Amino acid sequence: MPLVKFITAQGDDHLVNVNANSSVMEAARDNGVPGIDGDCGGCAACGTCHVHIDAAWIEKTGHASDGSESDMLEFVEGADEYSRLACQISITEELDGLIVRLPLAQH
Amino acid sequence: MTRTGTETAYAIPLDKIDVSSPALFKDDSAGTYFERLRKEDPVHYCAESAYGPYWSITKYKDIMHVDTHHDIFSSAAGFGGIIIDDNIQKGGGEEGLDLPNFIAMDRPRHDEQRKAVSPIVAPGNLALLESTIRERVGAVLDSLPIDEEFDWVDRVSIEITTQMLATLFDFPFEDRRKLTRWSDVTTAAPGGGVVDSWAQRKDELMECAQCFQTLWNERVNEDPGNDLISMLAHSPATRNMTPEEYLGNVLLLIVGGNDTTRNSMTGGVLALHQNPDQMAKLRASPALIESMVPEIIRWQTPLAHMRRTAKEDSVVGGKTIRKGDKVVMWYFSGNRDDEVIDRPDAFIIDRPNPRQHLSFGFGIHRCVGNRLAEMQLRILWEEILKRFDRIEVIGEPERVQSNFVRGYAKMMVRVHAR
Repeated sequence: MPLVKFITAQGDDHLVNVNANSSVMEAARDNGVPGIDGDCGGCAACGTCHVHIDAAWIEKTGHASDGSESDMLEFVEGADEYSRLACQISITEELDGLIVRLPLAQH
Repeated sequence: MTRTGTETAYAIPLDKIDVSSPALFKDDSAGTYFERLRKEDPVHYCAESAYGPYWSITKYKDIMHVDTHHDIFSSAAGFGGIIIDDNIQKGGGEEGLDLPNFIAMDRPRHDEQRKAVSPIVAPGNLALLESTIRERVGAVLDSLPIDEEFDWVDRVSIEITTQMLATLFDFPFEDRRKLTRWSDVTTAAPGGGVVDSWAQRKDELMECAQCFQTLWNERVNEDPGNDLISMLAHSPATRNMTPEEYLGNVLLLIVGGNDTTRNSMTGGVLALHQNPDQMAKLRASPALIESMVPEIIRWQTPLAHMRRTAKEDSVVGGKTIRKGDKVVMWYFSGNRDDEVIDRPDAFIIDRPNPRQHLSFGFGIHRCVGNRLAEMQLRILWEEILKRFDRIEVIGEPERVQSNFVRGYAKMMVRVHAR
């Protein structure tokens, strides 16, 4: 199972083993990682699973896609070129070791 | 809900159902009509109503579809805005008061103006507000009589939300009930008990405009501050707004921060009164406040609907909605959809994923103040549990006659000390 590292705004690490095919949002939500809300359940409609992808990983996860994901990222606080909605990233073996950083809180 | 209401909802022909009638919300029978529509005709066309023909979207997933397709379903004021009654947007007709605001705009103007007000309700600022809110909530609760009947709506729900708004706007604190009045007037049509005529509504809102113009003139000449008026006056996206646009956005924020939270504050008390097992669970584990707050917001659904206008033909739930059609997303109905929400009629304070509800909407128009609303409710319940054993509701609450604001005009309670 691929391993994902979540780093909170306070600097705490949470390491989570994730089933391939589940999303980064589900991985956080189902393993009690604080700081990811995922209000809409994973359809890029609320912007409450905003994460910053570690620069070294952005090639593999890809940047935010046009349409709903980019629309919602327009309104989150502190979005940058590494911002993604965690619900739109599906975990694959290729993403084993992925590092994502969480914002202070979702909004 | 009355037995008669249930029988009527199932007895009348499907095509005669008109869920927009404000009376169905006043007597709380609307739920049965929506239950029938979800089962028999989830995307329902009503050919004749007081607001003209309209589509009702009643299932969670169809509502999500409409809400997230802002390119097809417009919020623009020019088409009638975001409320089923076009008159509210136009202020009663061509001679009325047309007040543009960002919830009733499409992109790109919507995006620019929303971003200008968003920082005040962002997480960092909320943390700064928390102690002020807690202090004020505590003072309101400490002023309540014990073992005596009083109106929870007036003494707690309105008082706390109004104080909060005054804080956000840095509005003269002693005049804060004016904000409550203007909020009520904004969503009111003559006949609902708030205003007698469109002219009266316009006069009152012009007084509001003058008051906020004075505050703008003060703030624009001062250094930028952390209150909403100062933010609007100094932000490049909003500082050149027309007076109508400024008033429109101010009223949007007043209504957005007022009716919604107010009625959730009342609804939570009612829900816990009706569900003593949930009250016992809460008392045993106060940490459940965290998941109870979104459950209160779902259960209450303080805004029953949002409206859109189709900009092109498209298919929703198997029905073809034509360009120009009025489309009403009934959040109250979607929040009772058992395909998405388990036992949706039940009030359950420890649901998994409790924030998966429609009350804030989804997509680019999603409520900008959602986390502020949740914080206010969380603090209210934390402070209630410190002080009271339970809050007993006396008799039936008096509901608001509106198909938009789903709330309470009055709810008598008796507070029992710990």
